[in-house]
Formats: sequence, structure tokens, C-alpha cells
Amino acid sequence: MRSPDGPAVRSCVNLFPMPRVLPGLGLTLGTTVLTATLGIVLPLGALVLKAAGLSWAEYWSYVSDPRALSTYRVTLLAAGCATMFNILLGLLAAWILVRYEFPGRRLLDSAIDLPFALPTAVAGIALAALTVPTGPVGALFAPLGVKIAYAFPGIILAMTFTSLPFVVRTVQPVLADLEPSAEEAASTLGAGPWLVFRRVIFPEILPALLSGAALSFVRSLGEFGAVVFIAGNLPFQTEITALLTYVRMDEFDYPGAAALATVILAFALIFLVGMNLLQTRLLRRLHG
Amino acid sequence: MVIVGAGATCLLLLLPLLAVFAQALREGWGAYFAHLSAPESRHAVGLTLLAAGVAVPVGTVFGLAAAWAVGKFEFPGRRLLTSVIELPLSISPIIFGVAYLFVFGMQGLLGPWLDEHGVALAFNAASIVIVTTMVTLPYVFREVLPLALAQGTADEYAAITLGAGGWRTFLRVTLPNLRWALLYGITLCFARSLGEFGSVAVVSGAVRGETNTITLHIELLSNDRVATGAFAVASILTSIALATLVVKTWAEGREAKRT
Repeated sequence: MRSPDGPAVRSCVNLFPMPRVLPGLGLTLGTTVLTATLGIVLPLGALVLKAAGLSWAEYWSYVSDPRALSTYRVTLLAAGCATMFNILLGLLAAWILVRYEFPGRRLLDSAIDLPFALPTAVAGIALAALTVPTGPVGALFAPLGVKIAYAFPGIILAMTFTSLPFVVRTVQPVLADLEPSAEEAASTLGAGPWLVFRRVIFPEILPALLSGAALSFVRSLGEFGAVVFIAGNLPFQTEITALLTYVRMDEFDYPGAAALATVILAFALIFLVGMNLLQTRLLRRLHG
Repeated sequence: MVIVGAGATCLLLLLPLLAVFAQALREGWGAYFAHLSAPESRHAVGLTLLAAGVAVPVGTVFGLAAAWAVGKFEFPGRRLLTSVIELPLSISPIIFGVAYLFVFGMQGLLGPWLDEHGVALAFNAASIVIVTTMVTLPYVFREVLPLALAQGTADEYAAITLGAGGWRTFLRVTLPNLRWALLYGITLCFARSLGEFGSVAVVSGAVRGETNTITLHIELLSNDRVATGAFAVASILTSIALATLVVKTWAEGREAKRT
């Protein structure tokens, strides 16, 4: 929005000189930058500084220690699986919420945000209580020999739950804004519903879907509260990187904790930046 | 397809809720209230409320200031600033806990200097309050910004043209325009600050009865195999999460009606 200070207007209303810009930029930007620097940039900077104090060989020995390597594998694999589930469930949920009218739709729409509002530690103990072999859900899987709580599937479940809203909330508005005319044209030309989805709808929602999936993946990589209560936390089997960082901190191994923390930080940052670039390119291709 | 999808989503969301209340009340209401009124639980609730009492006002003032700067002005680095503010949403709270100690801990940048001046900001209540404030900083901002951007600056220009000052414009025009998003942002910030776990676990030192928050108390009880106790305490947080969703639904309804 431009400021409405044309010369004609200004000469008419001399009593009230028109503002060129809104006031308050200095105050608000100053507050914002100062707080963000103290609360976010300074601590993260201190962390990187701590890790930078290590020699390259020391740093490498911390981050490539076999126990650390196994936590990367567990974390990445579980976060990847959780993101796949979230893409499927999230697309389906967004589709249902936008395209169908049914009793309880508003309620379901509100409930989607539950994982954001519910503390992750509570989600963790609740999911664990459900999926232990004696729990209501675990009892269904126990005869099949599938262990969920205190095993790898539990980690996937916890990550899926805590990052469920991301894909729904990014895809839902795009889906709601889609013009029905393109779909109608495609089906008039003889395209079946699957082809319409794949060639007409999917390209439009892809940027939103990718950004939702990326947020869900990054969130899953960093998830701690929900996972520690359900994972069992056995080194080399069900230990995630965030937990190993916590363990190193607890053992007063500060350099080790700093090294691992920078690995998580780097993963998250690289992924966020990469996804941002990809999304910008996709949007540019889509809308010229 | 629709039924399966809606069903699966409902189950994934509802079963944990039911599990919390079912487990909390397994030994009856008497045991439930006994767990809640135990001195350790009361202490945990007090400390958590203290942390939220600092985190929510700070997050609100910060969120509004940042939304005004980012939402109403164009300046170089605007997108970068937004991304930095939103980092705590996507980066592990463990990282923030560890990073906090590398600033204020004895091994940190400022810790030794603060210690010389008799200020201790690690492994105590103060550290819990500060780290909670840090990780919940973006919530109000994130809820308010989209609306601030969508509303543009026309109303503010009109107010200022009519002779209102900056503060008056903010209080009488911008704030009412943003009120429903702000309400949800504050509620979400409150719920997240009560439920913060990872960062708090790192900086607390977990001294029972001294630096225990609600979530840390849940962890202690669940490690001690006092499942009903853990779930009784968890049921408080679950109820607050449900109330948050009610506020959100209501606020969105009001926002839709307003526009």
C-alpha cells in the first residue's frame, strides 16, 4: 500500500500534512531485532562458537562416533516415515475438510490443531499408554508380533502425531482457493477423476504440499518430548539425536553436546533453506 | 475413502486424549485429586505458571511489535528476519536448551561473568523462565502476521491522516483489527509455555520440588512408575490444550463474521 500523499492532496489540506510512511518503524523494528538477537541469534551463535572451539579432528570424532551415527539413522528414517504418513493423511484430511460437508466437519477442522496445542510430553505418555502390548491399540498388534511402544514404530507414531497439522494447514487454503473451472474443463474433455487430480489439482497444491512436508520433516527431526516417552531410548536401537545431545549434556560432556547440536541445527537449516528455494522455483513455474 | 480418512484422523487425534483421562481416573476421583494436590504437583504448577506469566506478556509485546514492523513496512532483510523469528518453531527445543547453557551456564559466554556478579541463571527457576520465553517467542507473531499483512496499511493511513498519533492508531485501529488472531496467538503461546519440555529439561537440573515444571513432573512420575499420577498432572495440560482449540474455533468464527 502506497502512502496517499499526492501533491494535489497536499496543497488542498495544508492543516494536516500527509504522513509519508507510518510511524513506529524504528521502535518496533528495534524491539524486534534486539529481542530476536538476544533470544534466538545469541544462543545459537554461542552454540556454534562452542563447537567451533573444537579442533576438526575432535569435532569429527564426536559427530562420527558409532552411537551418534546410529542416532542419525534412527532420526532420519523415523522422520522420513512420519513425513510420508503425514503427506498421505494430511492430503486426505485437507481434501475431506475442503470438499465435503458432513456433520462434525467443523469439529474435525478444529481438532487438527490439537498436536500444536497439546504438550509433546503429554502426547508421548498418552501414545505410549495406548500402544504398549497391554494397551488398547498395542493389544491389537501384539498377536501379530508388532511392537509399537518402546520400539522403532513408536518413534514414527510420535513424530507423525506431533507434526500432523503441517501438511493439512498448508494444503487446505490452496485447495479451497482452486477454481473449479479447470477441473470441470478437464473432466468435460474426458479425463477421469484420477487424471484430473494428477494433472490439474496436484501441480497446483505441490508447492504447498512440499512446504508442509518440509515443515513436518524438520519438526520431526527435532521432536524430543513425544519421542523420549515412547521410544525406549536404547542406544544403537531407538535413540534419537536430540536425546543423545541431552545425554551428553547430562554427562557434562559439553563439547560433545555442542558438536551434536550443530549437526541437528545444520540439518534443519539446510533443509529449510533448500525447501524454500525449491518452493520459490515451483511457484514461479506455476504462475509465471 | 472419505470415511477411512476422517476415521483415521479422528482416531489418531482422539485416542491419545481419551487415554489421558482414562488413565488419570483409573484409580477414581479421590486418587486423582490426591495426585493433583500433592505438594510436588502444586510446586510444579506454580513454577510453570511463573514461566508462562513471563513468556506470554513478552511473546505478546514482541509479536505485536514484530508484526507491526514486518507487516506494515518494506525493508531489506524482512524475509530473513521473519525466518529467524520463526526458528524456534522448527528447531529442536533441545538445541535451544543447550544453546542457552552455552550463554548463561558456567561453560558459557556470559555465565562466568554473571557468576562473579552473583547472578546465577543456569539450573534454577530463572533459567526455566528465560528458556520458556525464548522458545515461545514466535507464537503470537506467527498468528498475527498473516492477518497484519492481509489488512495492509489503509486503515492506519486513514487514522493518521485524520490526526491520530502513532500509539492512538495502534491502540484504536490496528489492535482491534487484529484482536481475534491475537487472542488465539496468546492462548497458543500460553499452552505452549505450559507444555514446554525439551529446553526446560536441559536447563532445569531437575531438582525435585525446586526446579520442577509440570512436564518435568510428568516425566519424574512416569519414571517412578506412578502412571496415574503422571496422567493426572497431564490431564491439566490436556484440558488447557482443549480450551485452546475452543478459543481458536471461537476466534476464527468471530474473525469470519467481522470481515
